[in-house]
Amino acid sequence: MIGIVDYNMGNIRSVRNALLRIGEECTTVRTPNEIEQMDAVVLPGVGAFGAMMRHLDKLRIRDSLVNWIEDGNKFLGICLGYQALFEESEENPGVSGLGVLSGKVMKFRQGRIPQVGWNRVTPVGESIIPEGNYYFVNSYFPQPEEEKVAATTSYHREFASAVSTKNLLATQFHPERSGELGLELLRRWSCA
Amino acid sequence: MLSRRIIPCLDVNRGRVVKGINFEGLRDAGDPVELAARYYKEGADELTFLDISATKEGRGTIGELAAAVSDRVFVPFTVGGGIRSVEDARNILKNGADKVAVNSAAIANPSLITEIAEEFGSQSVVVAVDVKRRGENWTVYAKAGEKETALDALEWCEVAQSKGAGEILLTSIDRDGTKIGFDLELYTAVRRRLGIPIIASGGGGSVESFVELFENTDVDAALAASIFHFGRISIPQLKQQLRESGVEVRL
Repeated sequence: MIGIVDYNMGNIRSVRNALLRIGEECTTVRTPNEIEQMDAVVLPGVGAFGAMMRHLDKLRIRDSLVNWIEDGNKFLGICLGYQALFEESEENPGVSGLGVLSGKVMKFRQGRIPQVGWNRVTPVGESIIPEGNYYFVNSYFPQPEEEKVAATTSYHREFASAVSTKNLLATQFHPERSGELGLELLRRWSCA
Repeated sequence: MLSRRIIPCLDVNRGRVVKGINFEGLRDAGDPVELAARYYKEGADELTFLDISATKEGRGTIGELAAAVSDRVFVPFTVGGGIRSVEDARNILKNGADKVAVNSAAIANPSLITEIAEEFGSQSVVVAVDVKRRGENWTVYAKAGEKETALDALEWCEVAQSKGAGEILLTSIDRDGTKIGFDLELYTAVRRRLGIPIIASGGGGSVESFVELFENTDVDAALAASIFHFGRISIPQLKQQLRESGVEVRL
């Protein structure tokens, strides 16, 4: 069972529908106890970094998410759910992220902001990410340690559009909104 | 670099997709959910649903349609028609739509754009603008093209941007359904004044008209209805030929 973290901000319906489409069972999770029951956890994201952290703290699930990931459990972060893994973001200076990955989230300084639309994702190394165009909506991008970068994308500069570790995948783009290619990525993640 | 987006538009009237010419003489074009699923499979980059009866008849919005579409479509989609409040927008977004399009209600009350943007983010607000050419300028029309306003199109687009619009869907009523090509001067003029994405609509009737649009103007996307509904061009054919002409598209 895959748990989709519902922290009262984003539209989680599209993530749920995409997981159902690839034949996965999923449910929403909102408490530490619910998170612990899952086989895998998805942290979706729409909105601002600071607001998301506030909502996670309100639900008292910050530590559960950190422990979930650090204990080696299966995890997928999407968009803001990718940025939330880092220590901090230029979007809301002074607000602590989950901090399970080191590095900072930066703002794009060139081009139309936010980046809205389909952009090319190039996998790095032995990534499970199929190469192609994915749907992005973002003004900020994380700068992870180089060895964790799973894919790169260019938007007036190159940035890490995905990271992966043994148990974690996180993407700046929205696989649930990226057509059949996005569903294929979700399939590979859920089977991995 | 971002791809140029191709967006089929489904005008919905009482639960059926319809399409006319210059906003009149509507023909039936099928069931919205079935058509949406087909366009998704064929590679549409996004979909737009406009309830064209909503404003005229004071009907509600199409939240139920959004829910049915979101079960089968895994690219972003926009729903518009009769959205008058943040609550109307919430109803559509929570049913799985990614963006709402506002038109007449935003003309009557531009702060509606700001209210929706503050609640759900600018990326979720598309301001739809319907215009007719008047000599060297373009005039904005409300109520699905029935009511002329005093607004100049370029000025209104700038206001919409400053109020928090994430994108502008700019339709030439003169070209709507005519398949004679997009109004290039309109999009060139608006692009000079706006920093946010622009979706061109009205007149796309051949592969050449889309090539011409993307080669000559810096619009982000093209929206069309008739050519897709009535089978003149399939989406894969169009995108393939755009790529062969050197236009960056997602295949």
